[in-house]
Amino acid sequence: MMSLLLVTVTSLFARGVYQTDDDFISETFLNKPPENSSIMLGGDVRKKVALLLGHPYGGLIIKYWEKEGRTAWILKEIGKTEPITFGIVIKNSKIEKIKVLEFRESRGWEVKYPAFTKQYNGVGLEGDKLDKNIDGVSGATLSLWAMNGVSRVALYLSTTIK
Amino acid sequence: MNIKKSLKGLVALAIAGSLSSAAVAAPTNAEIFDMMQEMKQELKNLKAENNELKGTVQEVAVSTDEAIKAQIKLANKSHWGGYGELHYNNLEGQGPGVSDTKKIDFHRFVLYFGHEFRDDLRFFSEFELEHSLAGDGKPGEVELEQGYIQYDYNETTQITAGLFLMPLGIMNETHEPDTFYGVERNTVEKNIIPSTWWEGGLMVTKELKPGLTADIALTSGLEGTDAKSYKIRDGRQKVAEADATSLAGIGRLKYTAIPGLELAASLYVQPDFCQENVGGCGSAKMIETHAVYKKDKFQVRALYARWDIQGNAVAAKGADQQDGFYIEPAYRYNDKWGAFVRYETYDNAAGSATDTEVDARSIGFNYWIDPTVVAKFDYVDQSKANDGDQDGINIGIGYSF
Repeated sequence: MMSLLLVTVTSLFARGVYQTDDDFISETFLNKPPENSSIMLGGDVRKKVALLLGHPYGGLIIKYWEKEGRTAWILKEIGKTEPITFGIVIKNSKIEKIKVLEFRESRGWEVKYPAFTKQYNGVGLEGDKLDKNIDGVSGATLSLWAMNGVSRVALYLSTTIK
Repeated sequence: MNIKKSLKGLVALAIAGSLSSAAVAAPTNAEIFDMMQEMKQELKNLKAENNELKGTVQEVAVSTDEAIKAQIKLANKSHWGGYGELHYNNLEGQGPGVSDTKKIDFHRFVLYFGHEFRDDLRFFSEFELEHSLAGDGKPGEVELEQGYIQYDYNETTQITAGLFLMPLGIMNETHEPDTFYGVERNTVEKNIIPSTWWEGGLMVTKELKPGLTADIALTSGLEGTDAKSYKIRDGRQKVAEADATSLAGIGRLKYTAIPGLELAASLYVQPDFCQENVGGCGSAKMIETHAVYKKDKFQVRALYARWDIQGNAVAAKGADQQDGFYIEPAYRYNDKWGAFVRYETYDNAAGSATDTEVDARSIGFNYWIDPTVVAKFDYVDQSKANDGDQDGINIGIGYSF
């Protein structure tokens, strides 16, 4: 039975790159992506991002793409020990979509499933929290926290560039 | 004569110079004052701009420092963590063989250590000190609970080799104190699963479909003994020079495709439960199934497990069947507070004609000081065999990182 399991290869991905950053941006803007812009994390913005994330963000500059009232963000956050790459699109201060682009942890990959990520559609910020409860996946609590953290950060940053 | 001419010329020049100055309108005192005020304001602005630049440079330095630290953390291939829990129990016992329990105990102190050799190859370990003090005549134990190499065979298949937690139950693999309600772990998973249960062997984990995972493993097995009435928990050899005469197999199917829902079932089989050391002791089979459902602030956990063990000697102790179940609804009021109730029942000698069942009703709450730091309180009323009873309170604090 073990050998049967080993030779059965499907197109699913437990760990690895599910979508490249470029493909996510291209898909988001229907193959006509705008030039990217950037925010330097200094002063109050840096402090607020650290508050929303629970710790300082691991970078100095965050790139984003903006076109016709939509902004797209690519953010990394550690789940348990490894960084997870998320792609997030914000429109009218709400999440339009969120995707796991790359997952490197050995557990908790279930957060990549569309059935899970669609819970974030239409979610906004209420104070420093998401305005909707997200139901977790058993064994993927730290991945869920990471996704909630980058969602809060993207929602906040989208308000700083108006 | 020449001197006279010269004096006349100087006077004429001075008059002309005086007239010339008057023509470009010398500033008045008020104008000079205004000019000075403007210069003063300009100086103030320059100072402010300078301070702002200084601040920005400092912000950049701090942000850069944080970014570098984060990058170092990401680049570091060795990781460590841990968890621990301190318990206070104050229970009063009544009935035959039931005594009071009044104690304080640093029940578990655990350190994790892991290392990534490559993106697809890693090591993970869990080292535990139980009950704070280990040694001859001391209450505690030093244990290696996990120590394995895990390899990603392909995108959907992992191979785990070494000493690992058995794939069954709700709490056997995830048991950090901030992840469950109640000071003590529930008695069903403790005495029937028996958590925490680890064995040495080889396991393959396969993601069959989105949200459907299978585990199958060949491992070392339990060793039941007559002296311990063939109780499952006492059969753990803990991979410590363990008798490997009778190896075991375990398989699990887990479904997590719907957010908030986990359904799982495990099957364990072992040809000889006593490692061929006891006549009248035969094969063992265990089935376990559980459900976890979380919706908004509500959560419910339910689990059932049952052992069937062959052999006359085992049956004579009533241990040929050992089973239990529990159900635990809970309500998470906010990020800080959550409350639960639980009903649990188990029997390590369900095959006997006498009353050996233990059941308990619990109610309590958790207070999360931080997402992974928790204080707990519960009241438990436990009914034991032959009208025995033990009830009282438990208080605990736990953490993980």
